[in-house]
Amino acid sequence: MKDTEIKKLLFAHIFCVVSIILSTVVPSFFLENFSVLGTHLTWLCICSACVTTVNIFLYIIVKPNPSSKRSSFAHKISRFLKCCIYFFMSCIVFHGIIVLYGAPLIESVLETFLFAVLLSTFTTLNCLCMLGPNIQAWIRVFSKNGAMSIWDNSLQITTMCSIVGAWLGAFPIPLDWDRPWQNFCSEV
Amino acid sequence: GALHRLAASRPRHARLYRFRADPPTTTMQRIKGLTTGSLPTFVDVGSNFASYAIREDNLLAQLVRNGRRVVFMGDDTWDGLFPKMFSRSYFFPSFNVKDLHTVDDGILQHLYTTVDGGDWDLLIAHFLGVDHCGHKHGPDHPEMAKKLTQMNEMISSLVDHLENDTLLLVAGDHGMTDTGDHGGDSEKEVNAALFVYSKTPLFRAGPPEEPETVPQVNLVPTLALLLGVPIPYSSIGEVMADLFEGDGDAVTASLSQLAAYHVNAKQVDRFLDSYALAAQDLPGDRLKQLKELFTAAAEEHAQLLAQVQEGLVASPELEAQLGRLRGHFQHYLREARAVCTASWARFHPFRMVAGCALIAASCLLCYIASELANALDFYHHCFYSLFGGLLAAALLGWARVDLDPILVVSWVAAASQLGFFWHWWSQRPRRIHLASVRPPVASMGLWQRLRAWLGPALPLGILALRCGAMFSDSFVIAESQVVPFLLASLAMLWVGKLHWDGQLSTPSDAPKQPPGSLSCHKESWPLLGLLAALLVCLRLSSLFHQCRDEVPHCQPSPCLAPLSSLRSPQAKNLCYLLCVASLVGLVYAVRRWLRHYGNLNSTSPLVLFVRWGFPLTAFCIACYWAVTSGTEDTLGKLQELVQAALVTFPRAVYGLVAAGLLLVLWKPVTVFAQDSRAAAGPIVTPFQGAPSSEADLLHVISQIYRRMQESLNSRLEGGSRWAAVAAYGLGSVYSAALVITLTLLGFFLLLLHSERMSLSFLLLFLEAFILLRLHVSAMSLAGEAEPFVVPWNAVIAWVLATAQFFYSTGHQPIFPAIHWNAAFVGFHEDHATHLVPALLVAANTFASHILFAVGCPLLLLWPFLCETPGSRRKRLKKDPQDEEQEPLMEMRLREAPERFSAVLLQLGLKYLFVLGMQLLACVCTAMILRRHLMVWKVFAPKFLFEALGFVVSYVCLLLGISLVLRVDCAISAWYRQLEPR
Repeated sequence: MKDTEIKKLLFAHIFCVVSIILSTVVPSFFLENFSVLGTHLTWLCICSACVTTVNIFLYIIVKPNPSSKRSSFAHKISRFLKCCIYFFMSCIVFHGIIVLYGAPLIESVLETFLFAVLLSTFTTLNCLCMLGPNIQAWIRVFSKNGAMSIWDNSLQITTMCSIVGAWLGAFPIPLDWDRPWQNFCSEV
Repeated sequence: GALHRLAASRPRHARLYRFRADPPTTTMQRIKGLTTGSLPTFVDVGSNFASYAIREDNLLAQLVRNGRRVVFMGDDTWDGLFPKMFSRSYFFPSFNVKDLHTVDDGILQHLYTTVDGGDWDLLIAHFLGVDHCGHKHGPDHPEMAKKLTQMNEMISSLVDHLENDTLLLVAGDHGMTDTGDHGGDSEKEVNAALFVYSKTPLFRAGPPEEPETVPQVNLVPTLALLLGVPIPYSSIGEVMADLFEGDGDAVTASLSQLAAYHVNAKQVDRFLDSYALAAQDLPGDRLKQLKELFTAAAEEHAQLLAQVQEGLVASPELEAQLGRLRGHFQHYLREARAVCTASWARFHPFRMVAGCALIAASCLLCYIASELANALDFYHHCFYSLFGGLLAAALLGWARVDLDPILVVSWVAAASQLGFFWHWWSQRPRRIHLASVRPPVASMGLWQRLRAWLGPALPLGILALRCGAMFSDSFVIAESQVVPFLLASLAMLWVGKLHWDGQLSTPSDAPKQPPGSLSCHKESWPLLGLLAALLVCLRLSSLFHQCRDEVPHCQPSPCLAPLSSLRSPQAKNLCYLLCVASLVGLVYAVRRWLRHYGNLNSTSPLVLFVRWGFPLTAFCIACYWAVTSGTEDTLGKLQELVQAALVTFPRAVYGLVAAGLLLVLWKPVTVFAQDSRAAAGPIVTPFQGAPSSEADLLHVISQIYRRMQESLNSRLEGGSRWAAVAAYGLGSVYSAALVITLTLLGFFLLLLHSERMSLSFLLLFLEAFILLRLHVSAMSLAGEAEPFVVPWNAVIAWVLATAQFFYSTGHQPIFPAIHWNAAFVGFHEDHATHLVPALLVAANTFASHILFAVGCPLLLLWPFLCETPGSRRKRLKKDPQDEEQEPLMEMRLREAPERFSAVLLQLGLKYLFVLGMQLLACVCTAMILRRHLMVWKVFAPKFLFEALGFVVSYVCLLLGISLVLRVDCAISAWYRQLEPR
């Protein structure tokens, strides 16, 4: 039982990583003068879209937390809508937090927002897939003794690492390289 | 202007140069450079406004020794530098940067008559109006245009007054930044102009396309040789060859230039020789190389002279040789100057390391002592060691009087620290033994111990990041953004950790509850609100930042400029109203707070002062702002009245603040006591003259202290009658005194800043309040049974807030960013001493250090203050059995007096530890990176500011703690006074 779970987990994570790598490599075949640093906005879009699709796809295939009771179609729709709303709200909240942390308010709004979207795909989307739109469950998972399964543990670790990585990404900003991409750093 | 016209129309008579100053570009350093021809040293900057006489050899001294007459007019800094050197002098006060005209008008009054009189050899006229105008209004202000026009007219009329054999030099001693300041080493500050003019032709050819760049020190040898006096001994300048051409043919011109070069090179060689003997800091191989250059050039020169005298060489060949030789001399002089510039700073590595070690040991001591604060007997022994150290130092000092006092002091510190550590070490085994006896510690596993250690590790990690950031110049430059970032991260971590530990939500994983009903603590929402408010505060505070010149596209905050610089009247009025509103808001918030805790009820003088004096002070400040923000010209006849008002209002504020502080010290108890032993009924709050609703409010929220009763009852035998004294505001008496003091200090510091900074001060108080609330709710959520210990989180957040508001009150750790204007708030005339302006400027610069350090004891007091749960509020005080339940608030501290002082000491030590770590990091960077490119620009000023800030914080922390102790004494006296009744 546990072995299969671990295998599934590994499989899912490998997929995620591969999707990120592909999102940096593949578009250069289709788009002219694409590069991660030069056209960072496009890359941010592509990367978040990629990760989103892979995550949803994985969720459908793997079904980490299969719910016992069968639910109606309407229920599923409402769940999906709720998820969308949550995702959007998390983007807004992340945007607010980034601005409060010192990002410029009006200039480069687009960069900030795309960064917030990317951050949401790495954190909120994962939570939504694993736990569903259930804030109480989220609060439970993100406390000391809250992780009940190996999936919860992996969720904890990936989310924390994403946020810490984004936080660490602020450190190179003051270094005087004067490159445009420095303002927003990627994280995994 | 006149200069360009002259230079263009008479190219052989006039020329314009680019004049380059050596940093630092403060006025006194420039005067020194212009007269001695040597490079300024960095530490000299500090004595800019207490200038000492120049002891080195200089141009003026040489002139006087050779019987020349030097006349001076203008800036009185010269008077201090060259006492009794001038044959005639007209000094005018220079220190008041707001005064644009006194110096210039004074000079103009005397200039032409003196020039025409002709009884002088060198006349120096130092104008100051343009410089002051830059400081006051900035370079792009209409006032500046007026000033420059005036100077232009002065030059063109002065030219007409010149004799035929007079050389006119017009030079700026430094440039100015975009904000009109100077002192640093940016391109705009070090560049000025030098203009040369004479009625007799000076130059053989017209000027080059691009004006030549001349270092400032070159003026000294040039002037000395032109005036026929020896070049000052320590000059390292190079003569300006253009001025020695004369009007003969090419060969004679070259020969006279060469003669000048030769004299100059000889002088520099002599100076380098004797300097190398005295100090070892010039690299030996470079010196040797220089010496070879010099001897080669000198020999060649001698040979050439001999050849010329014999008439051996043909003219074109001679010219080529002369040109080559001139190149050699030039090369030598430039190399010599470069060598001096590169290594003209002496370091004492041993003393540096010793100093670092001392600071590190002090930090360690603070840490250990704060961990041990509860073992009281420990401190008695420490005093012995301190005493022993002092005694040893006294003996040492007595035995050898000639010792350097700094060395003595550091030996004392080291000795007393050694005593402390020795004592600590010898006590250690016993404590470990004691600790192992206690079962809970013994049973703790490694993991648990690690976990317990992890608590302080997170905030200390943030502190380590902050210290580490000081090792990179980019991070020091960006520190105004780094500090809020770290503070925000610390707050997030703080709250996040509470959540992680599950203290934010009630435990619900018990099986009986369905997983959906996980409910949050009632207090967790306010906590999140506080966090958000803190983040907003941090973000808003970045609106008030000053710029460093290293940051390319930085615009300094518009709030830093005084209101008078605003052009449009509507904007001015709006800003003024906003400032006054923030002031009123501050006063209102403080009074509201005091009323909430019932400290505004009594009739003691302090309370009366808070009621009437605070609004009066605010009114005075508002009036002062109104007067200063008016334009200068429009007022016309009222000018004198305005001048009087400019002095009167700030002085009134100083007086009020001083009176308030004295009152706080004299009678800090703001308790309203009602003796209800006569009236047996329930206590009614007797707040006279207030509407009934307010009385009700007071009734509900004012705190009643009943502890008294017990002590009285135990004295009155048998409890035959219930004697009760109701005391309002006793529970918050310590904090009330501190808050009043802080507000008074806030008024004072607010006055020293420009008007719109009052918003920043409002933000400061707000953020301090939020931090305290956050601290309290975090503590109550974490379920600390013992509110006596202030966690590291709170202390570090407090220190980070200090640093943050250093930047948010418009400061930067660089010299041009110091607000010199603060020295003239309330003092229109020049100061008699340098003490008052120095204090005012220091208070302006370290405003946040002062406020946060004085307020530091609040971190300890606040949790007691917020102890009252809402449920207890409404309880009426009829039943004596209920008294045990009454919140004691800060009186709990009085229950354990020895504990109280220990805890206060512990808090102080923690605060000092955090500050000391920052200082240590700064010292280490200044030491390790002492050859770094950015050392004089970034690290050394940062170190000086940090060290001064540390001293200010330390003193203010002591003052804050002693204020708390004073309140303690006053409370004891109050009790004694109550008892006999």
